[in-house]
Amino acid sequence: MNRGPSYFSLTAMVLGFAFLYLPIVLLIIFSFNESRLVTVWAGFSTKWYVELFRNEQLLQAAWVTLRVAVTSATLATVLGTMAAMALTRQRRFFGRTLFSGMIYAPLVMPEVILGLSMLLLFVAMDQARGFWTIMIAHTTFTMCYVAVVVQSRLAGFDRSLEEAAMDLGCPPLRTFFSITLPQIMPGVIAGWMLAFTLSLDDLVIASFTTGPGATTLPMKIYSQVRLGVTPEINAVCTILIGIVTLGVIAVSITSKRQRLQQERDERMAMEQ
Amino acid sequence: MVTKDLPVKKTKKGSPLLDYVMRLLPFFWLLLFFLVPFIIVYKISLSTIALSIPPYEPMLSLKEGIEGVKTFWDGLSWDNYIFLTEDPLYLSAYLSSLKIAFFSTVIALFVAYPIAYGMARSPREWQPTLLMLVILPFWTSFLIRVYAWIGILKSDGVLNQLLLWLGVIDSPLTILNTNTAVYIGIVYSYLPFMILPLYASLEKLDGSLLEAAEDLGCPPWKVFWRVTLPLSMPGVIAGCFLVFIPAVGEFVIPDILGGSETLMIGKTLWVEFFSNRDWPLASAVAVILLLILVIPITLFQRHQAKQEGHD
Repeated sequence: MNRGPSYFSLTAMVLGFAFLYLPIVLLIIFSFNESRLVTVWAGFSTKWYVELFRNEQLLQAAWVTLRVAVTSATLATVLGTMAAMALTRQRRFFGRTLFSGMIYAPLVMPEVILGLSMLLLFVAMDQARGFWTIMIAHTTFTMCYVAVVVQSRLAGFDRSLEEAAMDLGCPPLRTFFSITLPQIMPGVIAGWMLAFTLSLDDLVIASFTTGPGATTLPMKIYSQVRLGVTPEINAVCTILIGIVTLGVIAVSITSKRQRLQQERDERMAMEQ
Repeated sequence: MVTKDLPVKKTKKGSPLLDYVMRLLPFFWLLLFFLVPFIIVYKISLSTIALSIPPYEPMLSLKEGIEGVKTFWDGLSWDNYIFLTEDPLYLSAYLSSLKIAFFSTVIALFVAYPIAYGMARSPREWQPTLLMLVILPFWTSFLIRVYAWIGILKSDGVLNQLLLWLGVIDSPLTILNTNTAVYIGIVYSYLPFMILPLYASLEKLDGSLLEAAEDLGCPPWKVFWRVTLPLSMPGVIAGCFLVFIPAVGEFVIPDILGGSETLMIGKTLWVEFFSNRDWPLASAVAVILLLILVIPITLFQRHQAKQEGHD
């Protein structure tokens, strides 16, 4: 339904986007505030950013968070893509309802339940808690997001190329890597990005499954936030927002380029 | 060439081995790290708090054979559940969570609908950018977005300063650490979850249906009420589930923006676990919360499966 914007819908959108973005914009502005009083503007300064890079504990937490996010997002992308393939390609198998249930349930399950249940599993397994337990916990809940994202990509998938490859004697595994995977790549990359940011962001599940020496950045931010708003935290948040924004824009530009390139290739193939 | 001999069927189906790997690996991962933990939570909810590591008893020891299983079995009890029903704090925390989640969902729907409607009616070439603008805050840290509201809502915060300057109020309003702040936080944080499914169903809506209704003399509000709204119902339902279910168990928002009057079960569970170190009681709180959420979660899954079938 594309009938041009009316005044009503334009106003709704402007107000809506203002509501979505104003808090973030204010936070970024006040991270450059000279004064320690967060709400009084006292001039532009980058001193809080300089101070961040002297804060050993904070840098340590950032390093742990990054390592957890990269490993869990990668593992979650592999598992999630497999799950998406199984759910779209294999219409009937034993336990399919349970399987799709386990994919959708973590998307809406309150984090406190996920965190508590996974911690109790690790305790029952007598597993020392730390980096690995957070990583496994994050893989488990983010792989479901990856599965959903990749599934939507697979839904409009033309299987004739795959069939052609296999009819020509290409083995299944090779068909997957040289035909299927390149075609669903934008979905897989988006899935990885989503898993990465979800892991970067998570406070509740990490708090439950963490152990000595594995404090993540959100846990650090949370313990500071409870003491009140500080310009340092605003600066950390601004850096995180910057990273995520650049990542999302980069992914959308590359996938757009890829799509254009593909269209161009197809046109050229048709002309020949 | 004898085409009959070509194993056409087999090649089309791909390799059964690959299929097995594709579905069994993620399946067993989820079984082990998602489903089995719930059984353990249930077991521990029947235990008693103890001064040991881990802080509950009884422990199942298989070394003692059948005798060990028997003592373990006898040590389990429903005491935690009985305690939950006897202490009015827990009942009111559950009810208050449901209430806050319900009204937040309704408010989010009313805020999101005009935005999604406006997006769907925008020129085609704007739409990817608008969609990106909705998704971007969703990618930004949840914790950061909730934290950002402290600076706005506190008594010397941006909102109060603005209202004082405009002369709307004489003395600062107390919003932070009240339920109002919790409502604002939930609506704000979950708004993209409501906008996206609404937009998806509004965008698919066939414009010619609306034109037909208008040409036949239907007033605009009636077009909306009789055509647009019913056709966007799948989006409304999906959006409401996506906001309501996680909001019931929300911890970060009531903890950071709420005050002493804010009772939410996610926070109760957290306090029970981290402050009181009562793991069995926290598990019982989780089991009851799960039982409450099973109904909406199942309905949501059915709805999703039905939508998939339609597409």
